[in-house]
Formats: sequence, C-alpha cells, structure tokens
Amino acid sequence: MSGFNKVVNSYEEALEGFKDDMTVMVGGFGLCGIPEGLIEQVHQLGAKGLTAISNNAGVDGFGLGKWLDKRQISTMIGSYVGENELFEKLLLSGEMEVILTPQGTLAEKIRAGGAGIPAFFTATGFGTQVAEGKETRNIDGRDYVLEPSLTADFALVKAWKADTMGNLIFNKTAMNFNPMMATAGKITVAEVEEIVEPGELDPNFIHTPGIYVQRVIKGDKFEKRIEQRTVKQS
Amino acid sequence: MALSREQIAMRVAQELEDGFYVNLGIGIPTLVANYVPKGVEVMMQSENGLLGMGEFPTEETIDPDLINAGKQTVTAATGAAFFSSAESFAMIRGGHVDLTVLGAFEVDQEGNIASWMIPGKLVKGMGGAMDLVAGAENIIVTMTHANKHGKSKILKKCTLPLTGAQCIKRVITELALMEIKDGAFHLVERAPGVSVEEIQEKTEADLVIPDNVPEMNV
Repeated sequence: MSGFNKVVNSYEEALEGFKDDMTVMVGGFGLCGIPEGLIEQVHQLGAKGLTAISNNAGVDGFGLGKWLDKRQISTMIGSYVGENELFEKLLLSGEMEVILTPQGTLAEKIRAGGAGIPAFFTATGFGTQVAEGKETRNIDGRDYVLEPSLTADFALVKAWKADTMGNLIFNKTAMNFNPMMATAGKITVAEVEEIVEPGELDPNFIHTPGIYVQRVIKGDKFEKRIEQRTVKQS
Repeated sequence: MALSREQIAMRVAQELEDGFYVNLGIGIPTLVANYVPKGVEVMMQSENGLLGMGEFPTEETIDPDLINAGKQTVTAATGAAFFSSAESFAMIRGGHVDLTVLGAFEVDQEGNIASWMIPGKLVKGMGGAMDLVAGAENIIVTMTHANKHGKSKILKKCTLPLTGAQCIKRVITELALMEIKDGAFHLVERAPGVSVEEIQEKTEADLVIPDNVPEMNV
C-alpha cells in the first residue's frame, strides 16, 4: 500500500519542485475553499513569474492577495476582480497580465484540460472581447468560440477530508473549482482538514478519486475568512 | 413615481413560476428572492455550486464553507445540492435554468448587454455573467434607465465592452418594463405615475409605444 500513500508532513515537502515561472492552479471561490497553508508556503518561497489560474485573486493581503503583494504573479487567469483594489490597480496599469475568462469557460477549460480534451466550442463570449483572435464556428445556426483547455505544473486544492490514498471529499460550496483543478495539475497537492485511513471514506461519496492527487497534507490551521458576513434578522 | 429597488424586484418576482430554477445576480436581482409570490415554489441556483439557496444563517449556524456567488453566507434549502463550478455551468450553459435575472451598465436595441467593465476606469470581471447570458433563454435585466447625469443607458448601440451579443429580450428599469424585438425596444408597462413622455425622453434607443401602456402592479 505504501506506493499509494500520498501523505506529506510538511509544506516544504508538499511544494517540492515548485519553481519560478511555473503555471499554478489554485482552488477556491473568493476566500471559500482556498488552500490557505499552500498559498502561504508559495508566498514564503517567493517564487516569481508565476502564471496563476484561479477564479479570483483573493482579497488585499489574504489568499492570492499575498502573491500580488510580492508581485509573484506575472500572468493571472481568472474571472472576477471584484473589490480587490491591488488586483484592479495591477490590471489597469498593465503591471500584471490579466486574462479575464468567463467563469463557466474557465471551469470547463480546466475540466477539459484534466480530461485530455485540447479545446471545445462554447457560445459564451461570442461577439465580445473574449472571442477576439479566437476561431469561431457556426454549428446548427448558432455561433461558438473555440476555447483551448488549461493544465498546470501544480494544482493546489483544498478539500475537507482525504484518505491517505488521496481520495477527496469537499464540503458544501468550498468545492467550487477544486475538483477540476485536482484533475488538471501535473502535481496536485491537496490541503485537507482531516486525513483518514483507506476504507474509512465511503467509495460511493468520493468527489475526487485518488488517481488525480499526488500529495496530501493536513492543514495547520484554516482561518476561513468570511467576505460578506450576512445573517438573518432574528 | 419611479420604482424603488425593492419595487423593481417585486415586479420581477411576478415572473416567477412554480417549479422554476432561478439564478439571481448580485444587487437588485438578489432582492427578488424576498418577493416570491405565495403558492410559488422556486429553487435558487448560485453559480459557485449550490442549487437550493436558503435564507441567511443565524450567528449560531453561520458556515464559512457555505456562501452564495455574492460571497454572502447563506444556508441550503431543503432538497438542495452542492456541486463543482464545472457542473454549475453545465446547468447554466446547457439551458437548464428557467429564469436568469441580472444587472447591466447598458443594454441596446439589438439585445446586446454590457455589464463587466468600463475601459480605463473600472474592471469588475465578467464572473459568470457571460455564461449566463449565453446559456439562458429567459433573461430579465434589471437596471436604472439613465445614469445620475440623466444620460440614457437604454441605447441604440452599447458603448462599453459587451457581456453578450443579441441575447437580451426583457429589461425592467425604475421607469418601465420593455421588450426587445425586431431591433427596437417595445414599451410594455410603465411605473405607476410615470408618463410615457418621461420614458421616451430618457430612452436613447428606438422605442415602440403602443396606444395603451398599462401601469405596473407593484
């Protein structure tokens, strides 16, 4: 079984081989479901010239906002800038290349990348800036844009539970981009809240089978910051 | 009088049908959830991976792993499902969502919509809006009719980068409900007490006005 034991015991080990100029996918939607410890480790390593693929770029000073602080990202591929002021500033000044990609197209590019599909046609973005310079085709009377898929040197994902073989289960909407990214990394590292022995997770309810995952690390701590704390008036 | 944000949401809510799966965008569209008509059951789809969004949690039940696409903490309704972003957009792109409500900076008479950036000034990113407008058959845009300087946002041709081309058919503003067909806006309803002349004045686009323009029931 040891050949299937994916557990590593330190963040150094988790990111062994991580270098400048690499392409890295980072799971999460806003700050929900992000691999906090792995993000911090890349920040500590100080790797530069990264192409980062992530729906958002964190907030100022947290999540991928940390990489922005150190100007570690040269190209950002994501769908939403939102209220991240530094991100917007680096984008508008041209200091960082930003490839804004529709959210569903981004998800599908990653899914396709992990599934060995080089490109796909989608109606999303036809007739907009997103389609500029891309092949288009009319299929059965509707116009579509050819979108190339995405893969990465490293995929950093966050899961709720893993077994030592790398089978993963996500929690609620902290799933988001994590399952597709897990399939699309040459090296996929899963930072999880709990690691159990093989057999303890019901095979009926595995979200990401262990074949996609190279390394599993139990996170030190998860701050799980909330961006919009909304509660019911009671 | 011009409609309030809540009244716009109330008018949109009248379009909800029992059994609808609905995606509500950020801003006024979110308010629609507060006015679901009695006897109508809908399931809210949130594109970050939730079908069956419930109400806001209490301080005791708040869960950072459970948010909506606006990054607000929410709960899951009875019968809800969680899934990945790829699955979520398969629902959207595949046309499985019955009604989509979203905001816009500009809409034009060809059905084009601009909602994600103002060059040199503001970049929000398109998020899921481009997928939503491309995938949905039934879309309602909620927006203000003109900007605060009185400049119309209901245009012959959008001036800002597009979110989608030729995909919008219905728009509700604080002044009017309009449909887009045959290259023009058609006035369908007006806000209570708002004159057809005022709507005409604040509409840059070609506006077709029928003899009788009923007031909205809000």
